[in-house]
Amino acid sequence: MVAPTALHLPFMHAARQYPDHTAVIEPGKGSISYRELAAISDEVRDRLHADGVRPGDRVGLCLNKSIDTVATIYGILKTGAAYVPVDPGAPPARSAYILNNCEVKVAIIGRRFEDKLRAELEKLGSVPSLFVLDDTGNGAALRVALDGAGAIRPASSSVTKVPAPHELAYILYTSGSTGKPKGVMLSHENAVSFVDWCSEVFSPQTSDRFSSHAPFHFDLSILDIHVPLKHGATLVLVTEDIGKDPGRLAPLIAEQAITCWYSAPSILSLLAQYGNLDRHDYSALRLVLFAGEVFPVKHLRTLTTLLPMPEYFNLYGPTETNVCTFYQVSLPIPDERTVPFPIGKVCSHLEARVLDEAGREVLRGDEGELCISGRGVMQGYWSLPDQTSRAFHPDESDKRWYKTGDIVVQTPDGDYTYLGRRDRMIKRRGYRVELGEIEAGLYRHPMVKEAAVIALADEEAGNRVKAFLSCRAITHPSLIEMKRFCAQNLPLYMIPDQFVWCDALPKTSTDKVDYQRLKEMD
Amino acid sequence: MTDDIKAIIKDVILTEFLPGEDPEELTDATPLITGGILDSIATLKLVMFIEERFGITLQAHEVDPEHLDTIAQIAQLIRAKRS
Repeated sequence: MVAPTALHLPFMHAARQYPDHTAVIEPGKGSISYRELAAISDEVRDRLHADGVRPGDRVGLCLNKSIDTVATIYGILKTGAAYVPVDPGAPPARSAYILNNCEVKVAIIGRRFEDKLRAELEKLGSVPSLFVLDDTGNGAALRVALDGAGAIRPASSSVTKVPAPHELAYILYTSGSTGKPKGVMLSHENAVSFVDWCSEVFSPQTSDRFSSHAPFHFDLSILDIHVPLKHGATLVLVTEDIGKDPGRLAPLIAEQAITCWYSAPSILSLLAQYGNLDRHDYSALRLVLFAGEVFPVKHLRTLTTLLPMPEYFNLYGPTETNVCTFYQVSLPIPDERTVPFPIGKVCSHLEARVLDEAGREVLRGDEGELCISGRGVMQGYWSLPDQTSRAFHPDESDKRWYKTGDIVVQTPDGDYTYLGRRDRMIKRRGYRVELGEIEAGLYRHPMVKEAAVIALADEEAGNRVKAFLSCRAITHPSLIEMKRFCAQNLPLYMIPDQFVWCDALPKTSTDKVDYQRLKEMD
Repeated sequence: MTDDIKAIIKDVILTEFLPGEDPEELTDATPLITGGILDSIATLKLVMFIEERFGITLQAHEVDPEHLDTIAQIAQLIRAKRS
């Protein structure tokens, strides 16, 4: 018999084993034990059941990150429904689109979002049942809402469901090429196989304290939430305001004695530069994981020089697979290294192939598109059958290979090296140019703090390359200086046509450089 | 005379290839081709401008960093051709 694989079962098991351990801490607001978290999530389950939520349904979440939010996630999973977290900071029309698109039965939302969200949902013609929390924090608001006048206390409690492995655990919406967000459907088996892989590689202990830096609508949160709570460890929530402020974040990581940190590289770059890391005690920190974009080597070197003790892992993977390759960075990083580190080897619960444009496997050492198959790969995009079938390459045995859109090359020792996005490869003067390589070249300039490059169609040159930069000093280098520097570091056909200096580059809600906004700035 | 030529060349480089740059940053000795300011297409554009503006013809072997890498070199080449 195959063991049940539902995403909430490991937490329930841990709650029985370690009832008095602290499950979640919300610094400055409070904490909750495994026993309490299990109990309150049972109540959420019962409330949702009373509201008509059944296995196979979707339940939306529009809440700031808090203990209440973690409790509602487990409450939703226990009903057998999938949770759909939306970005509380996103425009209400976008959140309403998402909740409407996947037809949530109930949406659990914060009071402050209620009016605008309800108005947008009404425009779309269907308002799901709304379960409104007055505030979010240490679980108190959820308790009040559950006990409140509007709550129907079920006569008998429902039971926790154990969905089949292929049933959905959550849907994460990512930006779609059409301009409408698309829902990536992840099943319980997808999620559990990933969480189990994390257990295998990172060996979480009950004494561990994991950070939760990424917002809950971002796929990094799957590791953040479900890995520590499987092992009786503690999850330390980092709210958005502190998460972007290195001056407050650096002492928080030390004071909370975080042992496992996971975030996008951008905040780690900021911590290395502005966190005054030498003033705090990070002796508890044993793991630093980063994912989501390329970590510029110079910032990674600064960070690892300041904090040489933890192990550093570069995790790679799109939302559709969660992490699919990983690479441990060896320290110290040599001064002469400027090229980013590989994305590493494929995770043990997945398989990888590198395919050419015709879908044939390339020879090792040749470049091609990284394709992933296995238990961690998404079920598809919500109600987008065409996009789903285009996302996969079926092989001769009908195995589905998810096409990541990322061009890689495999080195002789088996590590994959990321070369760039398939859609960020351009032809310039007949040469194939990866825009990320130009960015890496710009990062070598000592005054460059951030660099992002876009290509714009140009009648005369085919492609016009425009670089957006931010500077470490008040006065930025001259155009001539930048061109001369590029000429020394890049082939001539890679030198950007234009250089634009910004105070800071625009970022998406998940803290990645917002290339769409850069294009709109043109 | 040479100063006039230099001023004309400097002006066209600033306008065409370095829009927005502080004119003082561009000196007679700033490397143009090896310094990444003029790529191959920009160099051809500059050559066409020089030929038309000064009524001279540059040979293919003269269109390289050895002859055209600085404003001083360009002015010297133009002056030699016109004398």
